[in-house]
Amino acid sequence: MAATASMMQSFGPNLSAQNDLVPDWTRTEVSTGTTIMAVEYDGGVVIGADSRTTTGAYIANRVTDKLTPIHDRIFCCRSGSAADTQAIADVVAYQLGFHSIELDEPPLVETAAHLFKASCYRYREELTAGILVAGWDRRRGGQVYCVPIGGMLVRQPVSVGGSGSTYIYGFMDSNYKPSMSKEQCLELTATALTLAMERDGSSGGVVRLASISEDGVERRVILGNQLPKISTH
Amino acid sequence: MATLTVNRPPQGGFSFENCRRNALIEGEANKVGCSLPSARKTGTTICGIVFKGGVVLGADTRATEGMVVADKNCSKIHYISPNIYCCGAGTAADTEMTTQLISSNLELHALSTGRLPRVATANRMLKQMLFRYQGYIGAALVLGGIDCNGPHLYSIYPHGSTDKLPYVTMGSGSLAAMAVFEDRYKPDMEEEEAKQLVRDAIAAGIFNDLGSGSNIDLCVISKSKVDYLRPHDEANKKGVRTGDYKYKRGTTGVLTKVVAPLDLEVVEETIQTMDTS
Repeated sequence: MAATASMMQSFGPNLSAQNDLVPDWTRTEVSTGTTIMAVEYDGGVVIGADSRTTTGAYIANRVTDKLTPIHDRIFCCRSGSAADTQAIADVVAYQLGFHSIELDEPPLVETAAHLFKASCYRYREELTAGILVAGWDRRRGGQVYCVPIGGMLVRQPVSVGGSGSTYIYGFMDSNYKPSMSKEQCLELTATALTLAMERDGSSGGVVRLASISEDGVERRVILGNQLPKISTH
Repeated sequence: MATLTVNRPPQGGFSFENCRRNALIEGEANKVGCSLPSARKTGTTICGIVFKGGVVLGADTRATEGMVVADKNCSKIHYISPNIYCCGAGTAADTEMTTQLISSNLELHALSTGRLPRVATANRMLKQMLFRYQGYIGAALVLGGIDCNGPHLYSIYPHGSTDKLPYVTMGSGSLAAMAVFEDRYKPDMEEEEAKQLVRDAIAAGIFNDLGSGSNIDLCVISKSKVDYLRPHDEANKKGVRTGDYKYKRGTTGVLTKVVAPLDLEVVEETIQTMDTS
């Protein structure tokens, strides 16, 4: 979802910046380049993300965990600015935890999604955050909510996000079928993320997967050499 | 309507256009009599590593002010609490003040809870403060310590994002240091091995990055003790002159010696008291 700006040569005030010995990556903000994905299945959700965080052209963290727990059965997938998404996730986790204690029951995924939307929309000018909220609750089972940059909120059965998502919309549209099993969802997510990581420079590292259902959260990691081999050339 | 050449805006990657343009502009500037602005560097190599039983933090000791070394032996490993220390890169004032503020708040917090502070608490406080200032506080930190849950290591960026990792590097020399870590890091190393690895990583930063230099400071934090080794290794010793331009006594032969005493009278005597209160 990141906008790619075309580089125009500009003279004048940029002279000193380009002659600097200080490398670019010491000054750019840390961004989770990213490919993230979330899929609903009957009884839960499957979420997945790559593991690369970049500052300019340098990979600041090659084993990032972009699947952040917000509550026992609710996770969020973070893309965009690392600082912004970490701060928002911390705020929402606090608000949701407080709300859950007041309610004295596990919170709804829809509530978490609305809390994200509230922060992302109110501070839309200052933030760069694209978030997928996914989890399981008793009322509606597995749900995926998409909160992209700008603060929209929409529920979707399957959603992708991040700079690498553009490369896998076609794959996702053609391969997702409603009422898939958990294993099929995991395979779909792993394959989609692998394809995106192959093509997007800002995505890479390992594939982190998690499946959330009534029974709990099951996390797994697929290392670089264990990724599914899809392309033959 | 095909054309032979397509006008495309430069897409990134190395564009040699800039070299030609720079040379042109430099020529123009020199003709008028002025020179292009010189480079500025934010010096520093800092790093940290988790080993079996604790963390080792390392830092170089050069502080730069533009092209000049302002301090040849400054201390970049800051005290946060008895069990937590923090290396700082970026703007020196920002790292100093930020770490002092959080150290003070953490001490009050520890007195309030009655427990030894946790590294995660220090991390939260630092990231929330840096995020509040939206990156204008130029402090890039490596936070390490040991608490009831074991050894922990965090890297904290100026905009407020943090990463919890087994080994981290920050500063302009971080790429050189990270290269050493990526080659030789193993989980659960012994203390001596870990100290040697951190020493080598900082040395890589010192010798390959213009902004880092002088000595290597180390801080080993474990359950039982904290070793603040300053300096651990004097990587750059000042050279000893091999020759001397002073002449030895007797080089010039004395031919005659005439002594003329000067008779002086005391004309005026004044006393000025010194206030030593």
